[in-house]
Amino acid sequence: MKKPWLAYPYAVWMVIFIIVPLILVLFYSVTVQTEEGLQFTLSHFQRFLDPIYIEVLIRSVVLALICTGICLVIGYPFAAILASKEFSSKKVMLMLIVVPMWMNSLLRTYAWMTLLERNGILNSFLSLLSLPRLNILYTESAVVLGMVYNFLPFMVLPIYSVLSKIDHSVIEAAEDLGGNAFTVFRCIIFPLSLPGVISGITMVFMPAVTTFVISRLLGGGQFMLIGNLIEKQYLSSGDWGFGSALSVILMLLILCSMGIMNRYEQERGGGALW
Amino acid sequence: MADEILRLVNISKSYDGTVALKDINLYIRRNEFVTLLGPSGCGKTTTLRIIGGFEEPDSGDLLFEGKNINKLPAYKRKVNTVFQKYALFPHMNVFDNIAFGLRVKKMNKDLIKEKVERMLKMVNLEGFAERSVNSLSGGQQQRVAIARALVNEPDVLLLDEPLGALDLKLRKEMQLELKNMQKTLGITFIYVTHDQEEALTMSDTIVVMNNGVIQQIGTPEDIYNEPKNAFVADFIGESNIIDGVMNQDYLVTFMGKQFRCVDKGFDVNEEVDVVIRPEDIKVVSPTEGMLGGVVKSVTFKGVHYEMLIEGQGYTWTVHSTMMADVNTRVSLDIQPNDIHIMKKGRVQ
Repeated sequence: MKKPWLAYPYAVWMVIFIIVPLILVLFYSVTVQTEEGLQFTLSHFQRFLDPIYIEVLIRSVVLALICTGICLVIGYPFAAILASKEFSSKKVMLMLIVVPMWMNSLLRTYAWMTLLERNGILNSFLSLLSLPRLNILYTESAVVLGMVYNFLPFMVLPIYSVLSKIDHSVIEAAEDLGGNAFTVFRCIIFPLSLPGVISGITMVFMPAVTTFVISRLLGGGQFMLIGNLIEKQYLSSGDWGFGSALSVILMLLILCSMGIMNRYEQERGGGALW
Repeated sequence: MADEILRLVNISKSYDGTVALKDINLYIRRNEFVTLLGPSGCGKTTTLRIIGGFEEPDSGDLLFEGKNINKLPAYKRKVNTVFQKYALFPHMNVFDNIAFGLRVKKMNKDLIKEKVERMLKMVNLEGFAERSVNSLSGGQQQRVAIARALVNEPDVLLLDEPLGALDLKLRKEMQLELKNMQKTLGITFIYVTHDQEEALTMSDTIVVMNNGVIQQIGTPEDIYNEPKNAFVADFIGESNIIDGVMNQDYLVTFMGKQFRCVDKGFDVNEEVDVVIRPEDIKVVSPTEGMLGGVVKSVTFKGVHYEMLIEGQGYTWTVHSTMMADVNTRVSLDIQPNDIHIMKKGRVQ
């Protein structure tokens, strides 16, 4: 069926809402408003080279990587359990993973604040057990916790979908040929699930590195992440040029990491959601 | 028995209350080509999976060289399997697929290379080592699957309908190749199929199964010529199965006529199944034969014609190299030793 006109509305949509905004961001990032009108400049990018900003970027990337790592460590076994044949309440569990995503993430993050507060539920519980209180709200740990909580489903779901598609007889064949559980996992299941792992990593890392809500609420404004920095340029400083330059830098960073991921995936001959 | 390698003793298995296997007793000799034959759902694949270690029997014992291996996991058994849909590792090339079992055993690299190359040669896939398994045809994938199992030099090779997905010509070729491999390598083959012709061509011993019960065990000739019951007779080749009554030894009545036969040992007036092979019926002119009928259809089958002949409410299937015209009256001639009498109960 060849009906190219079916694609036209989408093409128009993409031009208006994706390509034009991208061009605008690029445009703002390399121009400056002077008395003689708009002028080309790289000063916004130059400004970014200040160690303060570099530090913000590194902190964002490090926190996002930690979050991605934790999500992978928690999410992979979880996905594997869900995908296993013996597990019968699969549908309920999948539902429970997805349901929180129907709720506003702001709301969920506020909920974490009340949990972690100095006199919050967690600490009340700890003091009930006469254990020392934990003051993790407004620390990096709280930010990472919030990110992991919010983004874990994005790790579990793609891995689950790839794992549940693996032909069970392939696993049996590996056992048949003498592979014990560990060998079968290392040589067969894990390599075959890599496309899911890669799309999971991408889908967690991207929102984690750009988040500004979680870091502001759970970090208490003490942790300026790149997302917060961009937000500040647009909303309070009104420096659209610098904000755009930061966005472009972030985009390039994500583009690079995705490029590396995709190349790795292609070498493996995989192919999944992303 | 000295050359017995595998024995199943009273093996039973059910899934969610549905009986898959009921008291299976079977022994398999070294270097034997055994075929488990039966319609789908008869329990043949379950039997194979129990031997392979992928299922555990609910009750009964699985003995390998006299030792119980019920609890031995698949990866510790000296048994390898060729799976129905090959189950090749999609992320590995042909060489790595075949080498998998040897690598797991931490065999020396040069030795692995040598063995894999010898295997590739045996299955006529020289020069395919570096190819991705996804780029191979069905027949080639099949060969890789066989090589991957055989390279481990198992004592027993299990084959689960391995030729099911191949076209007829290729299937015939592979049947002969498999049989040759089995003879040269001296490995016990346990082969699962629903194709009776395949079973007759390749096997030393055929185990006919239905509804989780073994119906008959015997050589291909035994099974074909002396089917134990109507199910076996019907499943192995086509058969005409008619209700009859045994009058006395060597005398049976069916279709309202008395026939001489070669069977004895039934009760007087016992109801029996009378089984007659289509190729054992002779079509003669209406005045000569024993049972009258009208030719309803004639189909050319290559070697013979298949005729459906209706008489007294029963439609006979007759195979003959001679053809009678449709709608002509004919008569059927049946010799006493072509009449097989079986106890009632075609479905057990």
